[in-house]
Amino acid sequence: MSTAVASDAVLERVVRDETAHLVATLHRILGDLDVAEEAVADAVVEALRTWRRNGIPDRPGGWLLTAARHNALDRLRRDSRYRDKLALLAGGLTATAPAPAGGQDERLGLIFGCCHPALARPAQLALTLRAVLGLTTAETARASLTSESTIAQRIVRAKRKIVQAGIPVRVPGVDEMTERLDTVLTVVYLAYNEAYLATGGPDPTRRDLGDDAIWLAGVVSSALPREPEALGLLALLSLHHARAASRFDGEGHLILLADQDRTAWDAAAIQAAIRLIERAAALRRPGRYQLQATIAACHAEAPSWAVTDWLQILTLYDLLLRHDPSPVVRLNRAIALAQVEGPARPLAELDTFDAALSSYYLLHATRAQLLRELGRGPEARVADLAALALTGNTAERHLLTERLRA
Amino acid sequence: MKYVLMYTNRPDLDEAVPKERIDQVYGEIFAWFEKNAAAMTDSGAELQEVTTATTVKAGNSGGQPVVVDGPFNEAKEVIGGFSVIDVPDLDAAIELAKSWPSLDFPGVAIEIRPVVDHSGG
Repeated sequence: MSTAVASDAVLERVVRDETAHLVATLHRILGDLDVAEEAVADAVVEALRTWRRNGIPDRPGGWLLTAARHNALDRLRRDSRYRDKLALLAGGLTATAPAPAGGQDERLGLIFGCCHPALARPAQLALTLRAVLGLTTAETARASLTSESTIAQRIVRAKRKIVQAGIPVRVPGVDEMTERLDTVLTVVYLAYNEAYLATGGPDPTRRDLGDDAIWLAGVVSSALPREPEALGLLALLSLHHARAASRFDGEGHLILLADQDRTAWDAAAIQAAIRLIERAAALRRPGRYQLQATIAACHAEAPSWAVTDWLQILTLYDLLLRHDPSPVVRLNRAIALAQVEGPARPLAELDTFDAALSSYYLLHATRAQLLRELGRGPEARVADLAALALTGNTAERHLLTERLRA
Repeated sequence: MKYVLMYTNRPDLDEAVPKERIDQVYGEIFAWFEKNAAAMTDSGAELQEVTTATTVKAGNSGGQPVVVDGPFNEAKEVIGGFSVIDVPDLDAAIELAKSWPSLDFPGVAIEIRPVVDHSGG
């Protein structure tokens, strides 16, 4: 038994490494995701409490399995519907339960189950954070800026639907793979984005959800090495993360890409991500995550904002629009266009955007920037004020306030 | 598992579909039921138009139930028919629904609802 008091970061990593394996194993044995997930989630809470005090045991996976099994037995005993399942658990489990035939990572089926399209997006996200990554309900709530009771209820309802509506917890067939994988990748991307937005800079006291999302993208892409979009997402998130340290100054204020200290970027992580993009490209099935990753790589490799290869970025955005014609992509393309040929045409283009984006603060912040470049100060001010009214994020608000004061 | 597929449509949009296409889709629907016969239980029906619907509901403050003309809600979507199917899981039910011949008609949708299992097993 290790007696050193472990840091929360180490505890969380151990929990993350074990959770999905345990949920998948218990689900395989019991055939009931609700009971399996609940038992593991409670075991995680117990583990965090006990290990913080006593240190991490030598076999943390075994410790968690014993606790989860105990919790599951408890629940099954209380409910007569599960009588026949008690025997399965009483037979005893080992921490190294055999993997299913085919040698595929058993966690993958769990991930596809949590991200089933019959569940609403917020439910997919909450369930994935808890059942796959081992976040506690409190951490899940913090990550999605939602109350704990709302998240708890969301998870209960999602699990109930999986059981009652017969949602399969397994990897989909070849026919469905592209579509279903896209949902999984969207949820992973969303998990990263929530981390990106919810934080005001690195905070050692909080679990790093960005790191969790990259880990999850790694699990998915390792299990599906022939899926280029999974590799693309891992590359994209890695590139964002490699630059994360320079996004904030010492006081937690946001620094724009143009002004960031590029020597603080993680060069090794950037190179590793570029190799991922090349591996994905070799599979010759381009997609939106690969294209976004390639755009991010262009930024990551540029020595400065001024000497960035904006023409290539613009071309990549044109390709991306074919896969993802969303207003956000059009907005980003307009920003690249402004770098290539100046603010006039992109500004005219922003004015054609439909109402869908009018509540997006970045549209107004971008308009303000372009108007300022055209020397239209008063209009720029109005746009900045509109942007300010639309974001609740402290770091973003601070940046806009500074700009308005200048 | 047993599910009910509820075939819904929008009568106000049905008029936009050419008559030949409607005739054609009836043939396709017939073939669809033949092809998926193994998944179908004996329960299911195509319903008469929603203009034939009559609704019985509770009367005000404990009064007698009242009978009214029309469907139970004012939604534009109406249920045109239903099937009870027996398939392994929701994915199988979704696959069936996705192949429904008139799914490309404006306003057509299929709601899938699991059936409560009273067998106690």
